[in-house]
Amino acid sequence: MVRHRRHGCTAVSVLVALLVAAAIAPPGRGAEVNVYSYRQPFLLKPLFEAFQRETEIKVNVVFARRGMIERLKQEGRNSPADMIFTVDIGRLSDAVEAGVLQGVRTPRLLANVPPQYRHPDGLWYGLTVRARIVYASKARVKPGEVTTYEELASAKWKGRICTRSSQHVYNVALLAAMIAHHGEQKAEQWARGIKGNLARKPQGNDRAQVKAIEAGECDIALVNSYYMGKMLQDKEQSQWAKAVYLVFPNQNGRGAHVNISGAGIARHAPHRKQALALLEFLTGELAQRMYAEQNFEYPVNPRVAWSELVASWGRFKADPLSLEVIARNRAKAIRIYDRVGFP
Amino acid sequence: MHSIQPPPLAYPVRRRIYLRLPNRWAVGVVLIAAVVAGPVLAVMAIALQSSQGLWAHLASTVLAGYVFNTLGLALGVGVGVVVIGVGTAWLVTMCRFPGRWVFQWALLLPLAMPTYLAAYAYTDLLEFAGPVQGWVRALFGWQSKAEYWFPEVRSLGGAIAFMTLVLYPYVYLLCRASLLEQSVGVLEAARSLGQGPWRSFCSVALPLARPAIVIGVLLAVMESLNDFGTVEYFAVPTFTVGIYRVWFGMNNAPAAAQLATVLLTFVIVLIWLERTARRSRRFHTASGKGRPLPGYELRAPLAGLAFAACLAPILLGFLLPGGVLLRYSLATLGKSLHVGLATAMANSLLVSSLAATTAIAVGLSMAYGLRLGSGGLVRAATRIASIGYAVPGAVLAIGVLIPATRLDNAVDAFMRDAFGISTGLLLSGTVAALTFAYVVRFLALSFGTLEASLTKITPRMDDAARSLGSRPAATLWRVHLPLMRGSVLTAGMLVFVDGMKELPMTLMLRPFNFDTLATYVYERVSYELFPEAAPAALAIVLAGLLPVIVLSRSIAGARPGAAAAGPRSASRGAG
Repeated sequence: MVRHRRHGCTAVSVLVALLVAAAIAPPGRGAEVNVYSYRQPFLLKPLFEAFQRETEIKVNVVFARRGMIERLKQEGRNSPADMIFTVDIGRLSDAVEAGVLQGVRTPRLLANVPPQYRHPDGLWYGLTVRARIVYASKARVKPGEVTTYEELASAKWKGRICTRSSQHVYNVALLAAMIAHHGEQKAEQWARGIKGNLARKPQGNDRAQVKAIEAGECDIALVNSYYMGKMLQDKEQSQWAKAVYLVFPNQNGRGAHVNISGAGIARHAPHRKQALALLEFLTGELAQRMYAEQNFEYPVNPRVAWSELVASWGRFKADPLSLEVIARNRAKAIRIYDRVGFP
Repeated sequence: MHSIQPPPLAYPVRRRIYLRLPNRWAVGVVLIAAVVAGPVLAVMAIALQSSQGLWAHLASTVLAGYVFNTLGLALGVGVGVVVIGVGTAWLVTMCRFPGRWVFQWALLLPLAMPTYLAAYAYTDLLEFAGPVQGWVRALFGWQSKAEYWFPEVRSLGGAIAFMTLVLYPYVYLLCRASLLEQSVGVLEAARSLGQGPWRSFCSVALPLARPAIVIGVLLAVMESLNDFGTVEYFAVPTFTVGIYRVWFGMNNAPAAAQLATVLLTFVIVLIWLERTARRSRRFHTASGKGRPLPGYELRAPLAGLAFAACLAPILLGFLLPGGVLLRYSLATLGKSLHVGLATAMANSLLVSSLAATTAIAVGLSMAYGLRLGSGGLVRAATRIASIGYAVPGAVLAIGVLIPATRLDNAVDAFMRDAFGISTGLLLSGTVAALTFAYVVRFLALSFGTLEASLTKITPRMDDAARSLGSRPAATLWRVHLPLMRGSVLTAGMLVFVDGMKELPMTLMLRPFNFDTLATYVYERVSYELFPEAAPAALAIVLAGLLPVIVLSRSIAGARPGAAAAGPRSASRGAG
C-alpha cells in the first residue's frame, strides 16, 4: 500500500512539475516580434524568414480564424502581442472598435500604402488587395453574358450559381458594398435573387465552387481572384481552373469589389520598434513582390508589379468605395442574409 | 487511520449523519468545481449584458431554424448512437459468433476519427464531383444533376449520419463495460426463470446498464451540440453556428452568450429529466464478477447478421474515411512531410496526457465527493463543472480567457504596486492554461465515466471500510480505486483521445509557434488544402489508435475470468 501511495505521489509531482515548467516557460526576450494572425502561418513563413534574414528579428505567430481580438482585449496591458494580421477589412475594423490597436505613421509606410488602403490615423495598413469576382464556365457561359454583380440576380441564372456560405466574411463584405451602392432595400432584393438562382445549398470553400463548375453542377461562381493562381499550381485542381474563365464585374461602372488583408500594431505592443520594422518590411518592395508571386494577390504598394499570371488576367477597375464603409455595413448585411434565409 | 468511531447501528442513520457533518471533501469538491466552472460562469456573466435588440431579429428570422436543426441533430445522433452502441455492445459481450474477438476492440476505432475529418472525407467521396456520383453518372450515362436523385451529403441528415458513426463508441464503450461488470448471477436468475436472451436483455441487462448508456448518449449528444466544424462545413445552421455567427460575425457577445446559455439550459434539462426518471432506483450489484458471462451461441444466418452488424459501423466510421486520408497521404507524401509534423505530434501528446491526468484527478475527487455527501451544493457544483462539454469550443475558450487573464493581470498589478516588478501574463497563453481549458471542456468525460463506475459499487463497501476505521481518502485509495481500475483508465483514455482531436480552444489559447496535430490540419484545410493536411490527419487517427487498443484490453481485463482465459474458457458459460 505504501508503495502504491509513493507511485501516486511521484505521478502527481511529475505532473505538477510539468505544469509549473510550462507556466514559467520564458515568453522570450531579445529581438523578436509577436503576431496574432487570422492568416495561415505557412503562407506567411517565407515572408517572415526573409524579414529575419534582413533584420535578425524573429517572428512568433499564433494563428486562429476567430477570437484573437477577444484574446488581445482580455490580455490588456500585459498582452505579449505586437501585431495583428487579418484577411479582411471587417476584422481590422473590429480591432479598431475594440481599442486594441495603436496609430503609427512613418514616411515609409505612407509611401508604401496608398491612402484608400490604410486607416486615416494609421491604426491599420493594407498588405494585399483581393478582388471578389465571377468565375464562369468556359463551356456553358459565353463571354459577355455576365458583366455585373447586379445581373446575377436575374432569372436567367436560375439554378446556375454556386457560392460558399453567406456567413463567410468575403460574402458579407460583398453585400455590405452592395448596400453602400444601392441601399438596403435593393441589396435585399439582390440577395433574394441570388439565393433563388443557387444551383445548390451554399457549401464548401471558394475552390469547391470552381470544382462544382468543372463537374457541371453549376455555371457561375463568386470566388476570390487569387484562387485561380492557387488552383493552377495543383495538379488535380488545375483541371478545375481550366474549366473556367474570370470576369471582373462592373468594369463600365463602379468596378469590381475588392477587400484587403492587412495588419495593425497592438496598443500595448512590448516590441513596438520591431513591429514597426515588420510592418515597413511587409509593405516594402521585397515582401510585396513575394505576396504577388506566391499568393497571386494584388500588391498594395503601387511600385510593385503584378505577377505574370495575375497580369495575364488583365488590368481591372476596382471599386473605390471606402473600406470603412464596407466594414460599417457588415451587421446590416448579415441581417439581410438572415431575413432572406441565405444559409 | 486510527480514528475511533462507533460502528453504525443501521445503514440509513449513518447516511444522514454523513450529510450533516461538514466534511473536507465537500469543501474541496466545491472549490475545485468552482474553478472548473469559472469559464462557463464567465460566459453566463456576459449573457447578462444587453443584446441590443438582436433577439427580435433572430426570432423573426433564423431562430426557428437553429432550434429545429439542433433538436434534429441531438435526437438523430442520440437515437443513432443508442442503436449502434448498445446493439453492438450486446452482440460482442453476450453472443458468440465468428470475428467477435476482433470486433470487441475494433468497434472502438471510430473514436479515433475526428468528426470534422469524417465529414471532409465523406464529402470528398459522395459529393456531385466525387468518385461515387461520377461512377453512378458514368454507369447510367447521365450528364447533369437534374437527371437523377442522390442524397445531399451536406445536410442535416449527413451531419447526423457521420456524427453517429464516429460518436457511437462512447455508448458502446460504457455499455460494454457495464455489461461486463454485471453479475452473472442476475442473468442466470433471469434465464432460470425462463427468460430468453431477448427478454433477459430487455428486462435485466439493459436496465442495469442504463446509467452507463445514458452517460454515453449524453456525451455523444453534447459533442454533437458543441460541434462547429462539421455543421459549418455542411451549412446546417444549428445553435452553435448561430452563436459563432452572432459573436464573431455580428460582434455581439451578449447575444451570443445568451444563445449559449439557452443551449446549456437545454442540456441541463435533459440531464435533470433523466435523473428524475430513475431517481428511485439503485443500480449496484453485490459481486460475482469472477465468473465469465454466459455466451449465446449464434448459428449460421444469425451469426452472419451479427457479423455484418458489427462490421458496418467499423467500415463506415473508420475504414472508409481512414482510407480517404490514407490515399491523400500517399499521394502527397513527398511534398507535405516536414519537421513541423513531429513537433505538432509531440505537442498533441503532451497537452492531451496532461489533460487526461488532471481530468482523472479532478473527476475522481468530484465523483467521490458526490458519493460522500450528496448535499445540494456539491451536487450543483459538480453538474455545472461538467457542463463545459456542451459549450461550443470557441465560446468556452473566451470563457477560459476571462478568468485566466483577470488573475494574471491582478497578480501583475499587485506585484507592480508592491515591488515595482511586472510579472506579465503567467497563465494565459501557456500550456498550463491550455491544459486547464482541456480539463474544463472534457471533465464530463472523466467525471461521467467515474461517477457511473462508483454508483455500481455498493455503499456497504464504504460502510465496511469506514467502520473499520478507514478515512474517506484511504477508502477511495484502497477500496474503490482497485475496483474501478478499468474505469479510471477508460476515463483517462477518453480525455486523451478527445484531447488529440481538440481544435477550437487550442487555436485560440495556445502559446506562440505552438502547433498540435489538429491545428496543423486546420491550418491547411482552412486554406483549402485537404490533401496536404492528410498526413497530419492520419497521425491524429493513428495516435488515437493506441489508447483505443489499451482501452479495449482494460475493459476486457475488468472481467478477469473472461479475458485472461480467452475464447475457450468463455465457452463454458455458453448456454
